[in-house]
This record gives sequence, structure tokens and C-alpha cells, in this order.
Amino acid sequence: MNRPAIAPVAALDALAIEGLQVDYRVRGRLRRVLHGLDLRIGRGGAYGLVGESGCGKSTAAFAAVGYLPRNGIVSGGRVVVEGRDLTELAPAELQQLRATKVSMVYQDPGRALNPSMKVGRQLAEAFEFSNVAKSEAHERSIAMLKSVRIADPLKVMQRYPHQLSGGMQQRVCIAMALANNPTLLILDEPTTGLDVTVEAEVLDLIQQLRADFQTSILFISHNLAVVAKVCDRVGVLYGGTLVEEGATHDLFRNPRHPYTVGLLRCLPTRGRRKSDGPLEAIRGSLPSPDAAIAGCVFAERCTLADDTCRTSPPPFFDLGEGHSSCCFHHDRPVPRETPAAAIITDVGLQNAQPVLAVDNLSKTFNPKKHPLPVLRQIEVALARGETLGLVGESGSGKTTFARLLLGLLEPDGGSTIKLDGKPLAARLADRSLDDVKSMQIIFQNPDSALNRAHSIRRIIGRAIQRLSATPAAAILAKLHELMSAVRVADRYLSARPRQLSGGMKQRIAIARAFAGDPRIVVCDEPTSALDVSVQAAILNLLVDLQSRRQVSYIFISHDLGVVRYLSDRIAVLYLGRLMEVGPADQVFAGPHHPYTEALLSAIPSIDDREAQRIRLSGEVPSAVNPPTGCVFHTRCPRKIGPICELQEPGLARIGAEHAIRCHLPIEQLGRLQSVGTARSKPA
Amino acid sequence: MIAFLLKRLGLSLVTLWLLSVMAFAGAQVLPGNLGRAVLGPFADQRAVDALNHEMGTDRPVLVQYADWISRFVVGDMGQSYAYRTPVAPLVTTALINSAKLALVAFLLVVPLGILGGIVAALNVGRPVDRGITIFGLSATIVPEFVSGIVLILIFGVWLKWLPISATWPNGAGPVTQVYYLLLPSIPLVLVLFGYIARMARAGMIEALDSDYTRTAILKGLPRRTVIWRHVLRNALLPTISVIATQTAYLIGGLVIIETLFHYQGIGGLIFTAASKKDFPTLQAGVLTVGAIFTLASLGADLLYALLNPRIRVGGGE
Amino acid sequence: MSIAEPAISTATAEDYERRDRLRQVFRSGTFLVGLAIVLFWVFCALFGSAIVPYDPYADDLLNALMPPSGEHWFGTDQLGRDVFSRVIVGARDILTIAPLATIISTILGTALGLIMGYFRGFIDEGISRIVDALLTLPTVIVALLALVALGPSPGTVVVVIGFTFAPIIARTVRASVLAERELDYVSAAELRRESAFYIMFVEILPNVLPPILVEATVRLGYAIFAVASLSFIGFGIQPPSPDWGLSISANYGLIGAGYWWTVLFDGSAIATLVVAVNLVADGIQSALDE
Repeated sequence: MNRPAIAPVAALDALAIEGLQVDYRVRGRLRRVLHGLDLRIGRGGAYGLVGESGCGKSTAAFAAVGYLPRNGIVSGGRVVVEGRDLTELAPAELQQLRATKVSMVYQDPGRALNPSMKVGRQLAEAFEFSNVAKSEAHERSIAMLKSVRIADPLKVMQRYPHQLSGGMQQRVCIAMALANNPTLLILDEPTTGLDVTVEAEVLDLIQQLRADFQTSILFISHNLAVVAKVCDRVGVLYGGTLVEEGATHDLFRNPRHPYTVGLLRCLPTRGRRKSDGPLEAIRGSLPSPDAAIAGCVFAERCTLADDTCRTSPPPFFDLGEGHSSCCFHHDRPVPRETPAAAIITDVGLQNAQPVLAVDNLSKTFNPKKHPLPVLRQIEVALARGETLGLVGESGSGKTTFARLLLGLLEPDGGSTIKLDGKPLAARLADRSLDDVKSMQIIFQNPDSALNRAHSIRRIIGRAIQRLSATPAAAILAKLHELMSAVRVADRYLSARPRQLSGGMKQRIAIARAFAGDPRIVVCDEPTSALDVSVQAAILNLLVDLQSRRQVSYIFISHDLGVVRYLSDRIAVLYLGRLMEVGPADQVFAGPHHPYTEALLSAIPSIDDREAQRIRLSGEVPSAVNPPTGCVFHTRCPRKIGPICELQEPGLARIGAEHAIRCHLPIEQLGRLQSVGTARSKPA
Repeated sequence: MIAFLLKRLGLSLVTLWLLSVMAFAGAQVLPGNLGRAVLGPFADQRAVDALNHEMGTDRPVLVQYADWISRFVVGDMGQSYAYRTPVAPLVTTALINSAKLALVAFLLVVPLGILGGIVAALNVGRPVDRGITIFGLSATIVPEFVSGIVLILIFGVWLKWLPISATWPNGAGPVTQVYYLLLPSIPLVLVLFGYIARMARAGMIEALDSDYTRTAILKGLPRRTVIWRHVLRNALLPTISVIATQTAYLIGGLVIIETLFHYQGIGGLIFTAASKKDFPTLQAGVLTVGAIFTLASLGADLLYALLNPRIRVGGGE
Repeated sequence: MSIAEPAISTATAEDYERRDRLRQVFRSGTFLVGLAIVLFWVFCALFGSAIVPYDPYADDLLNALMPPSGEHWFGTDQLGRDVFSRVIVGARDILTIAPLATIISTILGTALGLIMGYFRGFIDEGISRIVDALLTLPTVIVALLALVALGPSPGTVVVVIGFTFAPIIARTVRASVLAERELDYVSAAELRRESAFYIMFVEILPNVLPPILVEATVRLGYAIFAVASLSFIGFGIQPPSPDWGLSISANYGLIGAGYWWTVLFDGSAIATLVVAVNLVADGIQSALDE
């Protein structure tokens, strides 16, 4: 862990950005996105640029390859690669530079590859500049694909991009970027949108390639942990300027800017549970791109801010060892935003009749022609006031599960959903009004969930009118009560959703879900569309509402940290099968299903790194043609033999409430997993 | 791929059937008493009955439809009331004439439209782009008979460069025929230019802004290679379908242009049949036009599928 | 507990953007030129007969086919009628029929599009097939067929064009509705037990109005196009109306003899009107796109 901070030597810098200012022309106006960015990456260095949405991190990345969107203008500063200023190069020189020195990989590899050209041809193009003979280009393409650990390069080269999975596509992109052994590789959110287990693999690959190719890296991400894993230096970007910079371990261990401090504190890490108290949250929301800020960009949300901060921009303070902070109060500790003490106690697992009992729940799309089984025989129960966390990667069927519960989709025959012991009708239209009221949902993306043509008053008011027995005269009072419950001021009632920040929109969506006093609320990734600094406040709100109203949650997420914080009980789904279900602490502590184990080890974390990790190879198979036997056998690192391929294991009880679907006996699993799996215990 | 083909073919058949019902209904059911419609309000009732019997329109509607469509499928389109001859040869001759006119128009407009769209897209926001866009927008909405008359005035009457009638002298060779068809085809070209250029421009801009084009540029490929290899192919794919759908508008334009230039094509035939209440010819003409359009869009879809690996090669792993 | 959101002003940047957008439309030169021309013809349609120098219907055979002069700015036609007066008053019929047809097709098309996009499945498939079949035929031919069957009259022209354009609008609306249908606010409404009617017209419709507005403006241009073309071939507006298409149809046989003024001014009137409508549509479209 003790990497020395790299002392930058200007002449050898792979990339130097100096005072970079970038504007976008939007409807005839200039909007400044980068306000004088400075950063240097030494040869062989890996620099991580972290920030939330709209902070200008991608703009910085594209400026570094001299490729801004049409309406982007570099209005000041320099971008120097290998001693040459990109902003002054002639097109031909820029082209040469891109062909040989700088390359880039970005988000969404499916769109980064030309859909109508075979992979091999696209890869070979990278060698065109150096006038390599066709046969040699072919050989080198094969070699590149091998180096990104693609087992069968010849086969992949004959494919069109859409025939490859997301992880494979990203490998091809990386191979293409590294083809000419560039001095600088820019990675812009390269793993965002990939499943955790795939992300883990791609990150491993990047780390290894860094060693193999000795390429300098500019790594851009919103995810602190991902950056921590790959980079040796980190810069934190906020509102278009760098607020703190330093060596990775130093900066994360000893952050000296209130924003960095806030970002690190608001993550539900280290096995934190809701019973441990509310999460730290950064107040307010991200600054609007048009806001004119005189002083420190973060002053509005900062607990340390004083008049100086609000009127004059702080300079960079050198804190030694390459660590610097752009804060007047860099030497003061940032006080905790002390929220009230924990109200939540563990509900314990009541053995009383569950509010919701799901049995044998299956769903097959298009059953007649091309059956696509997305869920098979799910069996879970939920007690009053309890949270069931639902975890799984894409294709696991978790969103389908939510829609089935709500009646938005109709399950296969034989499935039962019981509310308070009474069976629920499959279709929403056949459910009684009471049943409909009892179960509501908070969607992932508030922009999609709130009708943008309606005012907040109308959005919540209509829900009250339709779903609660409130008499007309009392609707207004109820409206105000809900608004105060989700902590949004009444004056926003006449606003439209677009006038609110992302966090506020999600609060409105929560208020709507609670309008009819539901017994169960399904939360479908309610914070994954939000920035980290806003997420904590929403999670706190959900916990608060739960404790006050004794509502039960079904909490769907791919973020294990969040699920762990909120859930009393966890269900792990893979390819539509329930792989493991049980009380949260037991599922996390193990012994657990190999898939749960893989999910846990896939999460990059800022603070603890241990050597022992299991990795999954390949990706989630298609649900159209699921593997025989145990559906997980194709990727399982603990596969024991032919039995896994032939016979589907049953859900075996290993504790009072804990069950696992695996052929491996529990004792053996426990033994295998105890090796180096210290992470399951909270630090 | 084969499933796609079959499905597409089935849909075309359904469309054609619906179309035949519409053509039949429009020409035979809606006018009510067909004999009366043909002979006029003052004709003797016995003559009307006799004519209805002769045409078979005193039979039940379904029987008439079945009779008509089963003959139509084998090429028997009935007798024209106006010309007192079988309809089929009339339609065939007219179709050949129209095809010549349409071909000249297409050969002019497709390259011009695509080129216009490409040039506009490569100069997005600049005066060239605005110029092409506004020209296309304007040209596309001016009715053919208006631009046709202006063109006749300029090139036929004042400058005397081109003949104002589209009918060439008997025995004229292909070059002369094209010479006679030039003036009538320009109004059609003007209307279509806007559509094709707009689609090509939109497709180009989308492709130019796409991530894969960015990848190609950041690979350090020369701009020319990026555009030829990565942009054009993906950009022009959607334009193919547009060109096919434009056949319908083209034929609509033929009705006007062939009237204006006194040209014996399918449009002129339909127009004459409509004016003279020659229902068998009208039905046959309409259904033929529909069939041609359906075939054209089927062809375009096939071409699109052939050029698009997502459809041709099928799904993922 | 968690912290309340701090005050931010209700009027956000996006609000200003909307206002900007409006301003942007009015700053576009082509849009303004288009709007001015459209307004000019609307004025002529409304008040034309009150301001023209001659009675547009009055024959004066002694002064037939006079070239443009100080007395008759645009000359006179075969029957000696003043072409200038006829061009000005000629806006009236077409600017009554085309907008009415557009309104009918927009209402019908919107309803159809909402139903197709919202219910999807069988209903959508069924209607789509019929719409596709309708769209297979050029408007002029469908109109011709219908007008032969029903007999030409202004009312028939309105209905026929209204019905033939409806599927085109329906297709646009359907595409927008399908995209809206995927949004979660529709599921949220279903979870409140809202009726299909409420979801279609109260939840979805306001969000698809902008594309409908653009489509309706574009259709207006084509309605004028179609009415003029039908009048030209004798199936649209009937004599003695001073309608442009009709006048051209009556006089174009004379251009070979050099009487260009009997058609050129009418032609220019049609061209300026349709181009102007298209420029307005383009202005609205590009403002919405940005």
C-alpha cells in the first residue's frame, strides 16, 4: 500500500493540463464547464479524476484527446501531450498523435464499435497508420485480443459487435486503444453500465495491462472505489474545478477538503447497518451549470463555509507529499452533520404471519413461441416493518419480480402472492382497491416516474385522491403532511418536476408512493440514478419513513453496500433463480452461496483490500437458453463436478431462516470461504 | 433471417388484400348504383338495370369482389367502359410509360438528394447547410403543377430549350425519349429532393455524432477514411427505406404531371378513368399502383436487412 | 435525521432555457419571413374581398387577356377578370379547406395514435395494418377515388383530406406515445387505478403535444398542396371560385401562346404560401430539437 507519490518532472509528463477552460455554446450563450483545470500525469502514472455528474470530468477527458463536442470551445489553457500543445496542433498532427500516442476508451462499448463492421476489421484499422502489411496487422490483432484475455481471438474477429457481450465489447475496445502502444490511455467510466462481476474482471485487466504496457492512464469515474483500485494519484473534481489532489492512499485516508470528506463519509461502507444510525449526508444538491459562483464552488453545501469562502475563491494549499487542497479550512476537521440518533432497532425476524408471502412465483415471457423464463419458483416472505433486499446482476429478474408483485405483469400459473395470508389476484385490474393501495413502488429514475407535464401538487394530490380515503376537504392537509414528511418545502408544490434537483424529484416520488399509506413499498434501485452525495439523504429518508410508519420494503439494488445498510433480509437472484435467502447478517457473514461470495468480492472498496478474491469468468448466460443443472455452473469457481451440470440443486436450509441453492455441503463451503475472507466481518 | 422474410412477406400480402378491398369499395360500393353513376341521373331506368346486369353489379357485393379479385390475380382486369377494350393492356402500356418517367426522375434525384444531404451534414450549421435545407424544404412542398408551369414557361416557352409536351414522336430513340422526359421529371425531382436530402442529412448527422465515429477518429484514421468507411454506410441505411416510401408520392405526382404534360402514363390513366367514371380501369390502376408500392417497400426492407448485420446475422451469443 | 434540501430558487436554469427557446424561434430569420407571409395570406383570405380593386368574378370580355399594366397590375384572364383581385381573394377557399382538413386529421390522428401506442398488441397491430395499407396509396389517388365515389364538394374535400392525413399523424403520435408508454409515470398511474382514458389524455397527451404541433404544421402545408393539386385536376374547389389551382387549370393551356400572367401569379401565390408554412414548421421543429 505504500506507493511513493510520483514527483512530476515536466518534460516527462505524459499529460499536462494547465489552466484549462472549456465552454459550451448553448443557445447562443457560453456556459463554462471547466474553470481552469490543472493536472499532470507522469510517465507510467495512473491518475484518477473523480466527480459527480456535471462536474466536467468527461469534458476534461475529451479535451485531452482534442475531441470536444461541436459546441465545445477551449477558451483558455493548454493540453500538453509529450511536450506538444493539443489546442494548437494542425489536424494532420492531431491525427498522428491520436494514431500513435493517445487513445481512449469510454462508457457503453456497444456503441463505441461500428455496428456494421466485423470486429477484426475494426481492430486491424488501428495498424493502418503505421503502414503495416495486412497479414501482420492480422497477427498483431490476434496478439492484442490475447493480451486482453480473449480466449478465442479468431472467432471473435469474425463477429459483429452486437454478437458480443458487453464485457467482451469493452475488451475489444481496450485492445484497440492499446494496439499502438500509446503513451497515454484515457479511460472514461469504462466499467459503468457493466455488471459488478464483469466490472471486477475489466478492472483486473486494466491493472494488469498497465504493468504490461507501461502506459500512463487518465481514469475518469464517479466511483471512488473503482479509482482507488486502479490509480496511484487522484484528483477530485467539483463544479468544474479540482478541489483536492493527492496520492490515492493519502487522499482517501486523510482527505483535506470538505467535499472529499463528505463523499467518503456518505457511502454506506464497512458493513454499516441502519441500526447503526443514519448515514452522513452532504446537504443540498449539485450546483447548476449556470450558477455564477463568486467564492468557493462548494461553499453552498459546506459546513465549514464562512464569508471568505463565499466571496473569494480559495487557492490551492500545498500539504506536502503531492497532496493539495483547494480549501481555506483545509487544516480544520470537518464536523459531522450530526443527524438524530438511531431510531431504528432491528425488527428482529418476527415469526408472526408475514405481510407478504410469495410462493412458487415464476414468469415466462412469450411462453408459446420463444419461451423466455425470467423467474422460476421464487419463494420469499416479508414481515411488517422489515426490509427485504433483492440483489442480482442484469438478467437476474429482479425488476420483473417487482412488476409481478405490483400486478403490472401477470405471473405464470401456479404462482401465489399472499398479502396478509390472503391470495392476491394476478392482474392489477382484478385486485381490490385496498390491495392496490397496500403495495406501491418507488422507481429508479424520477425523471421517468414523474409526469413532466404535471405540477408537484397534482402529482401527489392525485395519488392522495385516488389511493387514500381522505375526504376532499382534508386532501390539502394531507398534501402538506406528505411534503413535510419527505422534507420538501411547500412552495415547490406549484413547480414542475424539471425545476427540481434529482434528489428532490426522488423525494416527490417517495411522497407519492406513501400517499395511500401503503403497507409494502417496492424500491426499485431508488438511488442508482442519483449522485453519491445525494444518495445518503434519500436512504436516511427511507429508513425514517419506515420506522415511523412500520412499512415493509422490498429493496432492489445492485449495490451491496446500500442493500446491506437497509435490509433485514436478503435474497440473491441469478438468472431468475433464488440462489440464497436469509437474514442479512448471516448472508453477508457466510458461509454463503458461491455467487454471493463472488458478488461480495467483486465490489471494489476504498478501505480494505485483501488478496483472496474469487472472480467469475464470462458473463451471465442468456435466459433464453439457460445452462443445465445449476444455472450458475458455467461461471462457478467452486464447481465440484458433473453433478453441477446435470442436476439443479434444491434450496437447502442451513439455518432457521437461511437457505442456499448449492450442491456443496455447507461445512465445506464454510471452510473454503473462511480462507482470507475477513471482509465479511465489519471492520 | 428467413423468419424475418416470411413475416415481411405475409404483411405485404395482408396490405395488398386490404388495398384491394379499398379499391373495390371505393370504385364499386361507395358510388351505390353503378349503372346510374355511369349513365347519369336522366338515363332510362331500364338502361340502368341492363347495364348493371351487364356489369354484374346487381349481384351481391361479396360475389362481385370474389369474381373481380380472382380474375385480377390471373391478369384479367375486365373491360374498360370508356375505351371499350380490355383494361390489362391499357394498364401495361401506361405502366411502361410511367416507369420511364419515374426512372428518369429517380436517376436524377437519388444521387442529388443523397449528395445534398451529405454536403449539408458535413457543414452542419454553416450557410451551405442552411441553404440546402431551406431549398429542400421549399422545393418539397411546392405542388408539381406549380413548379411544372414555371419550368414550362422558362425552358419551354421563353428559352425554347425543351419540348413542352412529354410525348415524343413515334419511333424516337432512347436519347430523344429522355430529352422529352426531362422537363416533366424536374418537378418530381424537386419534390423528392427535399425528402431524400433531409433523411440523408439526419442519418449523416446521427452517424457523425455516434460513438463509433468518435472511436474511428480517435484511432487516428484520416477524416476521409472515417467518412467513407464508418459514417456513410451506417448513415445511408435508413435513407434506403425512405426512397422506397417515396414511390407512393412519386406516383401521386405522376397523376398531376402526366395531366399537365399530356403524357399517357398510369397517373394519366387513373385520372382519365376517374373523370369518365370508368370504374374497372380505375380499380385496376389503383390496385396496380398499390402493388408496385408494396413491392418497392418490400424490396427496400430486404435490402436494408441485407446491409444491416444486426438483422442479417441475428442476435447475440 | 437527514437534512432538508436548502432553498434554491424555483425558477431554475431550465426555466430560462424554455424562455430562451421561444425567443430563439422568434430570432430565426426564416421563421419570421415564413410567419409574415402566412399572416399576409390569412389577411387576404379574411379581408381580401373588401380591399381588392375589382370584383374578382366580374367578366369583361372586351378586356380579356390584357397583359399587366397600371390599370390591371397582374393583367386580366380569358374572361377579362382582374387577375390581381382574383389572386388576393383566391386565398379564401384554400385557407378554409386546408386548415379544416388539418384540424380533422390532427384530432383523428392523435386519438388513433394514442390508442395504438397505449394499448399496443392486437389493437395496434390491427390498426397499423389498415394505416399501412392506406399509406400505400398516394394521397392524391385516395382522394381521387373517394371524390369520384362521393362527388366533389368542399365538404368532401375537407373530409377526404382529413381522413387521408389522419394515418400519417397517427403514425407520428404512435411513435411518441410508445416512447412515453415505457416511462414509469404510466405504471404509476396504473397503480392508482386510473382509467385508460385518463392515462391517454391526461397523463400522456400533454407530453406528446410538441411533436403533434410540428406534425400538424407540416400537414397544413401538405393539405394546401393537396387541395391545390386536386383543384388543378378538377376534383377540388369548383368554379367560379377564384381559387389558385383552379385558375391555373383554366388558363395553363394558354401559356404556349405567351399569356404567362394568367398562371404565374397564381402559381407564385401557392408557392409562397406552402413554403412559408413549411418555414414556420421548420422553425418550431428546430426550437424543440435543441
